[in-house]
Amino acid sequence: MSRRLTHTLGSLGQEILLVVVILALFAFVGVYNPRFLSENNLTSIFVGNAYIAVAAIGMSLVIISGNIDVSIGALIGVLAVISGLLVTNGYPIWVAWLAPLVVGAAINAVVGCLIAYARVPSIIATLAMLSILSGGLITFTGGQWISGLPAGYQLAQFRLFNVPSPVWFMIGMTILAGFLMRYTTFGRSVYAVGSNPEAARATGISYKATVVKVFAIHGAIGGVAAVLFATQLQVIQSTVPVGLELVIITASVVGGVSILGGVGTVFGSTLAAILFAAIGSSLIFLNVSAYWLRAVQGILILATVLADMARRRRTG
Amino acid sequence: MTAMTRILIRHEAILGILFVVVLIAMASQNDRFLTTANLLNQARLMTEVGLIAIPMTFVIVTGGIDLSVGSILGLCAILLGVFWQNLGLPLPAAIGLSLAAGTAAGFANGLIVTRFRVPPLIATLATLALYRGLAEGISQARSVRGYPDWFAVLGRGDFLGIPTQLWLFALVAALGIFILRFTTFGRTTYAIGNNEAAAEFSGLPVERTKLLIYTASGFISALAAIVFVSRVSTTRSDMGSGIELEVITAVVLGGTSIFGGRGMVIGTLIGLCLMQILQNGLSLSGVRGDGTTVVIGAVLIVAVLISNLLSRFSSD
Repeated sequence: MSRRLTHTLGSLGQEILLVVVILALFAFVGVYNPRFLSENNLTSIFVGNAYIAVAAIGMSLVIISGNIDVSIGALIGVLAVISGLLVTNGYPIWVAWLAPLVVGAAINAVVGCLIAYARVPSIIATLAMLSILSGGLITFTGGQWISGLPAGYQLAQFRLFNVPSPVWFMIGMTILAGFLMRYTTFGRSVYAVGSNPEAARATGISYKATVVKVFAIHGAIGGVAAVLFATQLQVIQSTVPVGLELVIITASVVGGVSILGGVGTVFGSTLAAILFAAIGSSLIFLNVSAYWLRAVQGILILATVLADMARRRRTG
Repeated sequence: MTAMTRILIRHEAILGILFVVVLIAMASQNDRFLTTANLLNQARLMTEVGLIAIPMTFVIVTGGIDLSVGSILGLCAILLGVFWQNLGLPLPAAIGLSLAAGTAAGFANGLIVTRFRVPPLIATLATLALYRGLAEGISQARSVRGYPDWFAVLGRGDFLGIPTQLWLFALVAALGIFILRFTTFGRTTYAIGNNEAAAEFSGLPVERTKLLIYTASGFISALAAIVFVSRVSTTRSDMGSGIELEVITAVVLGGTSIFGGRGMVIGTLIGLCLMQILQNGLSLSGVRGDGTTVVIGAVLIVAVLISNLLSRFSSD
């Protein structure tokens, strides 16, 4: 019980720390260049990156269960193209919005089966999926962008109470997933499987079923992210954003999800995704070349992982 | 021990038969395939992947993984260009410094894995982002060209009728075979992969061995960068991205268990050749480069599935 309490406090600490860092960053860059805090820029930070925060929710589930997924960037690219092709080929808009969720869940359920039933380590299974999905996407589309999207398709451009819809999705799905992880049997079994698979099995939790479910849910959430990604502009790029999977993994890990599994919340990963989007934007306002962004990301993830390991050694 | 040898023989026998079958199939498909010129050219093309696959075999035998090799390659290629063109150093000195930088990058990986006990998967995923980020930041997306003619000998020249870099590769491969099979260091490598705790309690230098292996992985990745730059006579910051997938596929296809403790350099060499002729055959029959990455991904999954199946046979 006390162990869970320290874990809760520990991960809460990470979230409070993230809020402080985000506010400090906004204040610092805002003083340096007030245009950073303009409504336009804040909107573009959130709208352009909400899909990363959404995808990081699923990634957090995967990492908490003790696995990893490096194919999520490629999956988002493939699902976005599927959505675009459906709508430009005359299918109703709601089909183009929902199909990515179903296809994403189906593809990742297969990956989950490979991991759980065929004992292929998640890094190998998803590394292979990364090359299958990204290679397949470019072969299939030839790198052509999809244009001619019908009016009413751009879900990510909608607003509710003057707040862009991606922000609503980000907040709503974070709360939903937070509830799922904390208050349902499934959520607790994900933590159990991640912290000690043997003990989880002994208490009657099916390791295999849990892992397959986690990956299927992660795929469906990836579908939501893909729709937000596909509908933010008037065209859909049919190439996968380079290194997207790393940004998503970074958001999860920096958000306090322990790389050793079993610990973390989805709130932290959303905050970390916001932080990372803000850093990307502030580099521009601080006149730092955007080519340093990935190095900053690497330092962030490395520092968080090292701090996580040090904290674990201290608490035993 | 005899059981282990039997599995290895069986895996390599299967691989050997597969190799011959693919060879015959490719040769009957296309007249241009089974020519000395084509085979030597293919050998030239696989050298960079092959070089890195040798230390990667050691890494995976210890039960670890190194995802950062492609980023080290990219970073060292960029540094070579910066040292030579921007700092005006003589090319041999630039090569030396670039090799030193790669070695340092590998050493840093080793330190993070051994001293801070970060799982190799996450440690090298973080440095994958960091090293690639450094390459992008340092280069600012500028490429370096105009290397002197003598430098091209390494990547495009011949020595005694055989591509120069193949001699280098043969040397590294022979060294790898010798160390893994006939030295105390090699036996320690297997012991770590079979049971790290037991190896530690038997007084084996676990930390030092792992540190050396990750350092060697960095050094050889830098060496591959030099060969790569010499072959294409230009440096770009995206060089070697995704090469870790090909390297890991070659190693796993060659019968090295992804769970550690089992594997041979000879197997890696066969896996490497099999992968290269598969790619070559596909591109000769009109499949484009992105299509072949789909095949590599599929081959990786099938290789792990077969390997799991074989180990289940032997344990029953």
